[in-house]
Amino acid sequence: MIEFITGDLFQLIWNGLFVGSFYALVALGYSMVYGIIKLLNFAHGDIYMLGSFIAFVLLGSVIGFLGTASLPILLLVLLITMILTGGIGVLIERVAYRPLRNSPRLAVLITAVGVSFTLEYGVRQIFGPAPEVFPFRLSGESVEVLGGRVSVPQIVLMVIAALLMWVLQLYVMRSKEGRAMRAIALDPRATLLMGVNVNRVISRTFFIGSALAGAAGVMAGAYYGSIDFLMGFTIGLKAFTAAVIGGIGNLYGAMLGGLVLGLLESFGTFVLGGEWRDVFTFACLILFLSIRPTGILGARIAERM
Amino acid sequence: MSALVLADVDLYYHRVQALDRLSIDVQENEIVALLGNNGAGKTSTLSMISGLVRPNAGSVTWRGQDLAKLQPWDIVAAGLLHIPEGRRIFSTMTVHENLLIGGYLVKDQKLIRQRADEAYALMPRLAERRSQQGGTLSGGEQQMLALGRALVGGPKLLLLDEPSMGLAPLVVKQVMQIIEHVRRNGTTVLLVEQNARAALRIADRAYVIEGGSVAMSGTADELAADPRVIEAYLGA
Ligand SMILES: Nc1ncnc2c1ncn2[C@@H]1O[C@H](COP(=O)(O)OP(=O)(O)OP(=O)(O)O)[C@@H](O)[C@H]1O
Ligand SMILES: [Mg+2]
Repeated sequence: MIEFITGDLFQLIWNGLFVGSFYALVALGYSMVYGIIKLLNFAHGDIYMLGSFIAFVLLGSVIGFLGTASLPILLLVLLITMILTGGIGVLIERVAYRPLRNSPRLAVLITAVGVSFTLEYGVRQIFGPAPEVFPFRLSGESVEVLGGRVSVPQIVLMVIAALLMWVLQLYVMRSKEGRAMRAIALDPRATLLMGVNVNRVISRTFFIGSALAGAAGVMAGAYYGSIDFLMGFTIGLKAFTAAVIGGIGNLYGAMLGGLVLGLLESFGTFVLGGEWRDVFTFACLILFLSIRPTGILGARIAERM
Repeated sequence: MSALVLADVDLYYHRVQALDRLSIDVQENEIVALLGNNGAGKTSTLSMISGLVRPNAGSVTWRGQDLAKLQPWDIVAAGLLHIPEGRRIFSTMTVHENLLIGGYLVKDQKLIRQRADEAYALMPRLAERRSQQGGTLSGGEQQMLALGRALVGGPKLLLLDEPSMGLAPLVVKQVMQIIEHVRRNGTTVLLVEQNARAALRIADRAYVIEGGSVAMSGTADELAADPRVIEAYLGA
């Protein structure tokens, strides 16, 4: 009996953390962009979708050439995809958001929704509405840990996610450019007076956020095996929820929020049943927005002085 | 030689005129004070020099270079550092990080460290609070930090907006001493103040601004002795 409970418990926690690390990767871009330009980038989830499709094409061509793929090839594709989605993120900011930098917030928000539709239906035009089968799937044994099942692909993906977040954390908290990024979040005008080219830092933030979302997209393809043009929609909303739970604008908040949301979902669906997953998520979102809109860590981010 | 020259500058915020044919100049290594009441246009003048707002007419030149065409970061790169009204310390960053970001455009890491150490030596209170969050400092300490942050950037011209605001007389004195020290080390200073008494004590020359134009100007001693200045700004 005890074993059954600990086994279940471990499984729920593990599943929650696994899904949560995807949410965290996507939430980071959401949160960082919000932090520096106070834009809810509703197109951010679609970058995740683009990541899947870019990797779909890249892996497809590699397999066409070599007949097969492997983990090192997947990692290479992951890297190239991150650079490409990062570039697309920069382009979107440059073309769609920057001209509206001083416009009312609603105008930018509507533009973001427009960008989202453009990406979704652009991909639909090219690949069609039906889901595509991802050309390479991570496979591997499952091992039993504390009575729960943990698969090798899950471990591989979690390690990649953790590494990416660790590098990001170093960059934001320790490097000069990361410091400039945090400064803009605190006080953009004062940051200008430090000689920071704010446009360049904003571009860089879009690059990093979009690269991470692209990475999550590739990993989702390699894990779940099926991708479609609307797959970014739900994850976008969930990443937003994760960002809110953790405290939007806060780097650690996005990571924490992703994991917490993963866990909440895991336990919530265990109790309520899988069909309640999304309902449960958005109930959490509404709950947090009304009770603690600053999120778990949000209070630490002091708004302007 | 004039280092900074503003000639017949007009500045509008939409329909509101903030500066009206304003002309001032600052010589190399001078301390020039800019005095005036609330809304006179002092902050607007500094914001325009540092490129945060653009003049609608007239010219702003630094060592012969037209500043109105440059981006704010290019103006900082040219050595003009602006310490804004209210200090604008990065509240959740440590004191040390605040100093480091002042050296954002300085390539030489050793130079940044050296200047930060100089700032600590000049303002020992900052050294004691090195790893404390900027937002937790007192007003006087924040003003010191804002000064230190600008000094790490290696200013050729320091633009100060009401550094004495909200500070106790003793702290005002300390801040003014630091400004004098900075000038002795070769920096030119444009000092905006409502505390005319403190500013005129360290300034070489001063301008009194009213309604966005120069109402009076002269050496600090002349102005300090001028009955109109005494009446309106020295509160005697
Ligand atoms: N962003 C702005 N938008 C509209 N009007 C502005 C703006 N900034 C300043 N003004 C106006 O321009 C005029 C000059 O303002 P400024 O801030 O330069 O004055 P100041 O001399 O610095 O005053 P204070 O001593 O109160 O700081 C004022 O009438 C002010 O209302
Ligand atoms: Mg002012």
